[in-house]
Order: sequence, then structure tokens, then C-alpha cells
Amino acid sequence: MRTASLWSTTVGKKIVMAVSGLIMVGFVIAHMAGNLQLFEGADRINTYSAFLHGPANEVLWIVRVVLLVAAIAHVVSAYQLTVLDRAARPVPYVKRELQAATIGSRTMRIGGVILALFILLHILHFTTLTLQPAPLTEGDVYGNVLASFRIWWVTAIYVIAMIALALHLYHGLWSSVRTLGFERGRLDPFKRPVAIALALVIWAGFTIVPVAVFFHLVP
Amino acid sequence: MNVTLRVWRQAGPGAPGKMVEYKATEISPEASFLEMLDVVNEELTLAGQEPIAFDHDCREGICGSCSMMIDGRAHGPNQGTATCQLHMRSFEDGATIFVEPWRVRAFPVVKDLCVDRSAFDRIIAAGGFITAATGGAQDANDVLVPKLSSDLAMDSAACIGCGACAAACPNGSASLFTAAKVTHLAQLPQGQPERYRRVVEMVAQHDSEGFGGCTLHGECQIACPKEISIDTIARMNRDYMVAAATMREEKVGGGSG
Amino acid sequence: MELRARVPEGPIEQKWDSHRFDMKLVNPANKRKYTVIVVGSGLAGGAGAATLAELGYNVKCFCFQDSPRRAHSIAAQGGINAAKNYQNDGDSVYRLFYDTVKGGDFRSREANVYRLAQISVNIIDQCVAQGVPFAREYGGMLANRSFGGAQVSRTFYARGQTGQQLLLGAYQALERQIGKGMVTMYPRTEMLDLVVIDGVARGIVTRNLITGAIESHAADAVVLGTGGYGNVFYLSTNAKGSNATAIWRAYKRGAAFANPCFTQIHPTCIPKSGEYQSKLTLMSESLRNDGRVWVPLARGDKRKADTIPESERDYYLERMYPSYGNLAPRDIASRAAKRVCDEGRGVGPTGLGVYLDFAAAIARVGEDAIRERYGNLFEMYQRITDENPYKVPMRIYPAVHYTMGGLWVDYNLMSTIPGLHVIGEANFSDHGANRLGASALMQGLADGYFIISSTIADYLAAKKLAPVDTTHAAFREAESRVAEMTRKLLATKGTRTVDSFHRELGSIMWEYCGMARNEAGLKIALEKIPKLRAEFWRDVNVPGSADTLNQALEKAGRVADFFELAELMCRDALERKESCGGHFREEYQTPEGEALRDDEHFAYVSAWEYAGDKAAPVLNKEPLDFEYVHLAQRSYK
Ligand SMILES: Cc1cc2nc3c(=O)[nH]c(=O)nc-3n(C[C@H](O)[C@H](O)[C@H](O)COP(=O)(O)OP(=O)(O)OC[C@H]3O[C@@H](n4cnc5c(N)ncnc54)[C@H](O)[C@@H]3O)c2cc1C
Ligand code: HEM
Ligand code: HEM
Ligand code: SF4
Ligand code: F3S
Ligand code: FES
Repeated sequence: MRTASLWSTTVGKKIVMAVSGLIMVGFVIAHMAGNLQLFEGADRINTYSAFLHGPANEVLWIVRVVLLVAAIAHVVSAYQLTVLDRAARPVPYVKRELQAATIGSRTMRIGGVILALFILLHILHFTTLTLQPAPLTEGDVYGNVLASFRIWWVTAIYVIAMIALALHLYHGLWSSVRTLGFERGRLDPFKRPVAIALALVIWAGFTIVPVAVFFHLVP
Repeated sequence: MNVTLRVWRQAGPGAPGKMVEYKATEISPEASFLEMLDVVNEELTLAGQEPIAFDHDCREGICGSCSMMIDGRAHGPNQGTATCQLHMRSFEDGATIFVEPWRVRAFPVVKDLCVDRSAFDRIIAAGGFITAATGGAQDANDVLVPKLSSDLAMDSAACIGCGACAAACPNGSASLFTAAKVTHLAQLPQGQPERYRRVVEMVAQHDSEGFGGCTLHGECQIACPKEISIDTIARMNRDYMVAAATMREEKVGGGSG
Repeated sequence: MELRARVPEGPIEQKWDSHRFDMKLVNPANKRKYTVIVVGSGLAGGAGAATLAELGYNVKCFCFQDSPRRAHSIAAQGGINAAKNYQNDGDSVYRLFYDTVKGGDFRSREANVYRLAQISVNIIDQCVAQGVPFAREYGGMLANRSFGGAQVSRTFYARGQTGQQLLLGAYQALERQIGKGMVTMYPRTEMLDLVVIDGVARGIVTRNLITGAIESHAADAVVLGTGGYGNVFYLSTNAKGSNATAIWRAYKRGAAFANPCFTQIHPTCIPKSGEYQSKLTLMSESLRNDGRVWVPLARGDKRKADTIPESERDYYLERMYPSYGNLAPRDIASRAAKRVCDEGRGVGPTGLGVYLDFAAAIARVGEDAIRERYGNLFEMYQRITDENPYKVPMRIYPAVHYTMGGLWVDYNLMSTIPGLHVIGEANFSDHGANRLGASALMQGLADGYFIISSTIADYLAAKKLAPVDTTHAAFREAESRVAEMTRKLLATKGTRTVDSFHRELGSIMWEYCGMARNEAGLKIALEKIPKLRAEFWRDVNVPGSADTLNQALEKAGRVADFFELAELMCRDALERKESCGGHFREEYQTPEGEALRDDEHFAYVSAWEYAGDKAAPVLNKEPLDFEYVHLAQRSYK
């Protein structure tokens, strides 16, 4: 029989999307928690960062590698699926009324692209400090964040990116569990709301930081 | 009642096509959508024009022949109905109705509203069966099937192979059709021995026919005249994942998945 | 011609077994050397093609739909009979045999019917093994329901979609063989002629419905499983495409046509609503298990059903047939409905309808139980009529449903043309003058899965066939005959559409050769039909061309055959001066208006033989004797 490979079929690729996506979800949640320490003042978050880059450095690298692999797998399969899906309907309908697709499901691709760009900029910005909208200094996460988000367009970029993320997760969290084969009852009364709630929490948890900084609400 | 139709006309496979406008006059609201087209076709014939070609046979929603995109919805506005079960009373008097064939690469247009759905037959041929050559069967009641399993199997088995799922799917994916058959058979004890081979072969065939992947948009489930749930897709994915993870060809023992 | 039924010797219980032993076998290595053409992918054709391929024959299978899965068998709702006696209610092979012979009003061949009853048991086993999701009890065992014409529960069902599920089983088996390259499938291909060489069926000529190409296919044997011809009546419960073309053209090549006038009118269909009506929808007869049939006592009573008090209702089936009540056989229930409507007590806008009322059942077992049993039938009804049958009673009226007649076959299911086998509804074999509910699926599958596979071996092994291929002159002749007919149809370019002719033919048949027939009427029909047929060839308008998908052209060819078949049906009905089963001659009835059989003069199968376009067909008779089921007037009182 043909072996069930994760690369050879749309279902296989989709499973890769789901797993890699959920890995990234895990990171994002942790990262959000980390960021929120900002409200407890400079020392707290800087020491946290110092801890990551110091004692926990190996761990950090492992995480980085895992994330990198996940991101690449995710993007590659996303790209391949998109190509296949586009090719499956060469002639469009003259009239088409979607009934079930959500704004979330419809924006997965464009949202994904936005996220990809964001992540690149974001790493060049805060991790490598290559992009310096304002003068940034190695190690002073607190200062860097404050300096950056006092600039309106930096904040704007982040806020928009977070909306993209929220939409991506609104559909992604719900669909990934189905991709992985969990399904309970015909109408799944339970999963949509949970996905929405989680997406909202993540959205708020991230967005609050730049916004708060911009409006000088951070100690 | 009177309606204006905008219908896709295409002389043959690969030929260029376009939307053409027709008037359907003094149609009874009790008439079915296909009966309305019959009337239009009779008039076209007498006017010396070629009638509109469309697939149909049973006209009671069970053979899966009829296949039209009506006003941008597969099988038209009503849920859980095939085109042939749609009645004119579901439309406003004076409405303009768009009628198009299924638009999926794997379903090339044959003529006007008729498409070639043989891709579905090939998906079944790839594994959508239980190998049980005539003659060898044991007594039917030797296999006990829990009522719930057989009801669930029946829910999936209700698929009429019309292709509306693929037609409605923004990705042109026939996942719902494939999943319906996979879960029908995986739900039953008799289906266990070939369970994993089946899902792998069928999904592979589904892809090589040129259908897209499933992003779980859920359009198919709304379009499906038999209201087959996308939960079947989740169950298909699960079986595929197990097959991929374990590389197992066959599952031993009974039970119903 | 002589009609050799080839019924094996011996006691009826042993006929089939001893016959299977006596029949020759084809050794496995040789099977693939034989090519068998199977026309039709319904229960009979699909099951037959799959099984023959499993055995190793090289099979070519044809159907006019775009997929074998869409054969008209898919529409069967109610269920399939089998003498399993799982309900322990006294059923047995013998009882199923007895019920079927009696139900067929003693016009079928005992030996065939007994074999059918025997095999019924294996069919259920086979289908369950294939994964057909029959209804189950909570314990996991198979559920049964009772059906018209029987007092035991022996009907297996899968929701309201039994035919679909059985067909999918056969279709999946067929696709498996197609995948293995054992069957070559030709969908959207219509058989337009049979090729007979040296008196033996050696192939067919087909039209590719997409390209219009006329093609020849040679074989060692030809099997027709092309279904019934109820669409002669234009309005019937059959699928729009169901047609007589394959068997009719075979008839014109020399196959005898048996009992053409035996048509079944089904009592529970949704009444016609207007001229545009293109087909009638059946409400499965299983509904009669829980529905009570009634009309108002007073003629012309136009009150809403729920406002008519019990005392002013006539539950006429329960009244006239106390022991069977609402489950009286189809022909009887249909005629009773016609009678009350003729009395002016019919309901609904047209006055051609009776009530099928579930109020009592809902009160007894509750709406959910009813929904569980008939949910999708009720939905179907509501979708079509816009009325809610849980609240107001259904309106039903009889409609043409099934044709017991068909090509004459012997015990081996071979027609009078050697090598031409006929299975399923297309043959006349098992149902006599009336078919009991849930027994056509049984027959189709018995023929396809279990009978043809062994009898065809006997034919192939016994006969030394000279090799032929499609270069043979006979194929050329058939091809040009087909091409010529196509040309004529397209050339006429008259003023009337094919449908308008078909509709007119249908109303003639319904009027004079329908539920009740009489000499005067049949004679009128025999005048009108040839006239209309002549006009058809003069004035039909078939648009489009021959070299593309042309649905009008397909229809035209089928209707042309219906004209000729309709005439034969009327002849047969006229010749059979008795009433039996679906054939009710008003001249021959008991004082209570029941069918009056004449076993002395008419206990035979009429097998009509084609004698050319000019000459009248020749009637041959296969006498029927009843050793086991004793001739008696059918009584369901
Ligand atoms: C609405 C309805 C409900 C029914 N319910 C029941 C029921 O509950 N129980 C029961 O026992 N019976 C029932 N019947 C009867 C039963 O369904 C049929 O008698 C039976 O399915 C016939 O099967 P078949 O294989 O002989 O023919 P079909 O299923 O009609 O198949 C005919 C095949 O032949 C092909 N064909 C025909 N002509 C040509 C041609 N010229 N060239 C190529 N191919 C051709 C078609 O494509 C098709 O594949 C019902 C019938 C109807 C109409
Ligand atoms: C407003 C929202 C965000 C803020 C304020 C923020 C802030 C930061 C900061 C300050 C760092 C540097 C940490 C350090 O070097 O110690 C960082 C690193 C990072 N952030 Fe964000 N981030 C945000 C959103 C996101 C999102 C949505 C993602 C992913 C989708 C993300 C992915 C990352 C990654 C991958 C790193 C690099 C981690 C490493 O390898 O060191 N960030 N972020
Ligand atoms: C890096 C850029 C990204 C791109 C290009 C991208 C693209 C996509 C696309 C196209 C899909 C839909 C796949 C399909 O169903 O066909 C998807 C699904 C998903 N994405 Fe992303 N995404 C990206 C980043 C992320 C991030 C950062 C996360 C998590 C924080 C994430 C989580 C998910 C999840 C959970 C799914 C659902 C998978 C499924 O439905 O099975 N993605 N992504
Ligand atoms: S799943 Fe539904 S929509 Fe798709 S083919 Fe089957 S019946 Fe049609
Ligand atoms: S609409 Fe398409 S994306 Fe999936 S859920 Fe249905 S197949
Ligand atoms: S015509 Fe058969 S399902 Fe519509």
C-alpha cells in the first residue's frame, strides 16, 4: 500500500500545519506571560531576560531550534497547500455566496503572511537589535520596549500584527484540533467559544503592552 | 411566477462558455426547479435553439445526478436538499437566478451544466470498499453491530456522491465525500481489517485527482444535501494520522472507531 | 419458437442444488479468456459484473448515467425481503416462496421463485459483509419490518434508503474490480443494439453519450440488467432515464418478450400536482405499517381532514380486507383507491388522492418513534408538498411503479437468444402478475450475485464459440441501423418536442392500459398508439447534433421504442381475457369487484416473438403448472 506520509498528501501536510501551529501557540502563550512582567517594572523583566540569556541559555536555544523548525514546517506546508487549493478551482464562479466560512478561516493565508513579516521584523527589532526605531541597548529589554512603543508607528505595526494573530488563532485553534482528529458530537457546542476566548486572551495579553507603553501607563 | 435565469452555456469539454440570459414565464410555484428548466428547454427547442444540458435522473434527491450552483450556492438556497428537490416556491417572483456547473478542476465541464465526476468513482476504486467477494459471508447476525455504530455509519453512508461538497469548498476539496465513505466503513466491525489501508489509499487518490486540501471552512457541510457533518473529516484525519504514525497497514480485532 | 424453461428435475427444495452440481464449470485459468458484456450497473447488473469479475471473467460493464452508482436501484426505499426468520414469527424459505407465488397471482414459475426464496438468505449475509448499514436493534442484531402482502416481518432496511445502501455495496464491489482492471466500465454509454451472429448473442452496439461515437463491443456472452419499462406511462416512479431500449432492441433481434402487460401500480405515491409534472414520487409502502388509509364517507366532502370526525371517515382497506387491512397487496390497495376516487370521494385539489393518516400511530408510539422509522420519507413529502405529515395526513394516489413483464428467460436466466442473459427487473422471471414489496431488490441481487455467475459458466463451457471480433459484418449492419435511426430523428425537425409525444403516449396508456383495462379501451389504444407513433416520426423536433451530449436525442430514441412496446402491452392485455395481479380486466371480476383469474385458459406466460415491422408479433405460451402452491383465488380478507 502507499505509505501514509505527512508530506505526500493534503491531510498529511495539514497535520504538520496543526502540530507546528500548536507548538507556536505554546510559545506565544509563554512569551505573552513573559511580556506582561513589564508591568512589574524594569528590574523584574530585565532579570527575566538576563536569566533566559544567561543560566537558561541552553534551554533558550533548544526552544529557538524547535520554534524555527516548527515555523519553517508551518510556512512550507502552508505555502504548498495554498498552491494546491488555488489550482483546484481554475475557473471561479460568476456568483458565489459563502455561508459557513468565517473571517478567520478566510484570512488564514493573508494573516499568515502578515505574521511571517511581523516575526522577521520583530526579531530584527528586539532580539538582534538590527532595526532600531529608537536607540536600543543590549540587555535592557525594559528600556527598549519603552523607547520603541513611544513611537506611534511602531505601536501601530504591533497592534495590527496582533489583530492578524488573533484572527489566525480564532480559526486555527478550532481547526487544528479537528485536523488532529478530535471531534465530539455533531455540532461541537464547546470548541468554538473556547478557541475564541483563548484567541482574545492572547490578543489582549500582547496588545496591552505596546498600547500601555504608548499611553504612559507603565511604571 | 416569472423568473430570469442566467445560465452557463458551454458547447463541450474545453470549449469556451458564457452566461446566457433566459426568461422562464408562468411557472407554477409547485413546480420543481428541474421542471422549470424542462419548460424552458421545451421553449428553446421549439424556438430552434439547443436546450440546456443538465444531469438528472431520480428527481427525488437520491441518485446524486443533479448538480447545479444556484445563486452561488451548491444545490440552491435550501439546506439538506438536492437541486431536484428544490421547488420554485423557494424563489421570489421576478427573481434573477444564476445557474452554473460545479467548478472544480477534478470535475471538467462536459456540456452546459453537466460535469464529469468520474474522479469520485476512482476514489472509491482506490479503497472505498470492504473486500468481501460474493459467497464467503457468514450469517448476518454473527457480526453484532451496536445500534449507535450502525446509525453513525448510516449517517455517513447517506452520501449520494453528488459533488456539492467539492463544488462549495473554497479550496475545491472533496474531503467531505472522501471522509463520508471512510467513516461509513471505519464505523463498522466489518470495516476494520482494511481500515488504515483504505484511508491512506483514498486520501492519496483524492489528491491525485486534483482536489484541494481542507482548511475546515465548513462550506461543504452546509451544501451537502444529506447534511453530512465535517466531524467525518476529523475522523478521517484521525485515522490517517494513526496510519501515518504507526505505518500499520491493518488493524486487528473488532470494535467500532 | 419453442420455449424451453429448462427447469431441473427433482423436488423443489433440491432443484437449485442439484442443478448447480449438474452444470458445467469453466476452469479458473480459462475464465479470463472469456469476455462478458454486462449492460446495466444496478443491483442486478452491478452485482453481476462484480461477481463475474471476482470469478475471473473479463467483464465490460455499461450504464447511461455518469457513474454506475446512480442506477435507478438507488431509489428503492422500503427494504429487501429474506427468509431469515430472525423474528421467529414463523417465516421460512417455504413461506417466502408461497407468499411470492400467491402474491404474483399464480402467474410465475414455481422453481424460479423457490430458488429466489432460498438465495434471499445469502443476500443479507453478503450485503452485511460488504458493510451495508442495515437497521439494528439495540442488542446489535438486525431489525426487520413487515411489508405489504406478508404477515411476517422479513423485510431488512437501511433507513428509507435501502436500495441506495444495497447498490453502494454492489457498486463498491464493482469499483474494486474496476480498480483491479478486471472490469472495464463504460459510463454515459447507451446500448442501442444487440449483435447476433449464427443465432448467438455476440456483442452490442453502443453510443458514447458525450462524443456521440457509435461503437461496437464483441463478447462471448451478453447480460442485460437494464431495468424496467414503467416510463412507457411517462409519469411513473421510475427515474427519468429508465427505459426499455436495451430489451426492446434485443426483442427485435429475436428475444421473446414475456407478459408485457403486467405492470404494477403502486398505491402510495404523491399525487400529481400539474401539467409540468415530470415524475411521480413514491412514498415507501412501509408507511402502510403505521399509516391508516381513509377517505370521507360522503362524496365531494371538501372539509379539511382534521375537521372530519371519525364517524364520517371510511377506512376502506381495513373495512374491505380485515385480516390484511392497510397492508393489502399493492394491486388490491391501488384498485381500491381508484374505486373510492371514481366514486367521487377522493381528496386533494384534483380529487385524485386518498389520506394516509399517522395520527393514530403518533398517538400510540409517539412522534419520535415515527420520525425514527420514516423521518426522511416525511421530510421528502414535506419538501414536495409543503405540508407537514406529522400534523396533517399525507395525500397519496397510485402510480406506475414496476414492470413484472420483461424479456422471457429460462431457469438459467437465458433469453430465447442463446448467450443473451437477462437479470433483474429487465426479465420477467419471478413476480408473476404482481410483485410483493421488497422483493425486487431481492431478485436483482439474487440474479446478480448468485445465479448468473453459475449459469453463465454452464453456457460458456457447454458451447464452442467461434471467435468473432467487431470487424464482423453483423456489427457493421447493426452500427448502420443505429446511425440511420439517429439520423432520421435529427433530420425530422418537426413542430413537437419529444416530451409532448411522450406525455401523450403516457396518458393513452394510463387511460386504457393502466389500473383497470377493458376490451373496448384497449382497442381504442391500439388505434391511437400507431397514429401517434406515425405522427412522432413525421413531426418530432429533436434539436442539436449527433456528435455531442444530446439529451433530447437520447430521449427521442427511448420514446420511439416506448411507442412500439406500448402497442405490445395493449395487445398482451387484450389477449389475456382474465384478471390477475396488476392486470385487471373489468370484464373479469367477482361480484365484490375482485380480480377473477381464469386458470383453465390463462395459466401460462405469454412470450411475444417479433415478426418484423409489418407483421403482428407471434404469441408463444409457456404453460405454468403449480405442484406446490395450490391454485386458489387470492384472498386477503
Ligand atoms: C421509487 C422506487 C422504490 C422502490 N422501492 C423498492 C423497495 O423498497 N424494495 C424492492 O424490492 N424494490 C423496490 N423498487 C423496485 C426496485 O428498485 C427495482 O426493481 C430494481 O432496483 C431494479 O434493479 P435493476 O438492477 O434490475 O435495474 P436498475 O437499477 O434500473 O438498473 C438499470 C441499469 O441499466 C442501465 N441501462 C438501462 N438501459 C440502458 C441502455 N440502453 N444502455 C446502457 N445501460 C442501460 C442503467 O444505466 C442502470 O445502470 C423500487 C422502485 C422504485 C422506482
Ligand atoms: C506586542 C507584542 C510583543 C512584544 C511587546 C514582544 C516583545 C519581545 C521582546 C522584548 C523580545 C526580546 C526578548 C529578549 O531578547 O529577552 C521578543 C522576542 C521574541 N518575540 Fe516577541 N513580542 C511580542 C509579540 C510577539 C509575537 C506575536 C510573536 C510570535 C508570533 C513573538 C515572537 C518572538 C520571538 C520568536 C522572539 C525571539 C525569542 C528569542 O529567540 O530570543 N513576539 N519579543
Ligand atoms: C509564520 C507565518 C505563518 C503562516 C504563513 C501561517 C499560515 C497558515 C495557514 C495558511 C494556515 C491554514 C492551513 C490550512 O488549513 O490550509 C495556518 C494554520 C494554522 N496556523 Fe499558521 N501561519 C503562520 C504563523 C502561525 C503562528 C505564529 C501560529 C501560532 C501562534 C500559527 C498557528 C496556526 C494554527 C494553530 C493553524 C491551524 C492548523 C490547522 O487548521 O490544522 N500560525 N497557518
Ligand atoms: S458528501 Fe454530501 S455533498 Fe459531498 S458528495 Fe456526498 S452527498 Fe454530495
Ligand atoms: S468546505 Fe472545504 S475546507 Fe474543508 S470543511 Fe469543507 S472541505
Ligand atoms: S436527480 Fe437524483 S438526486 Fe437529483
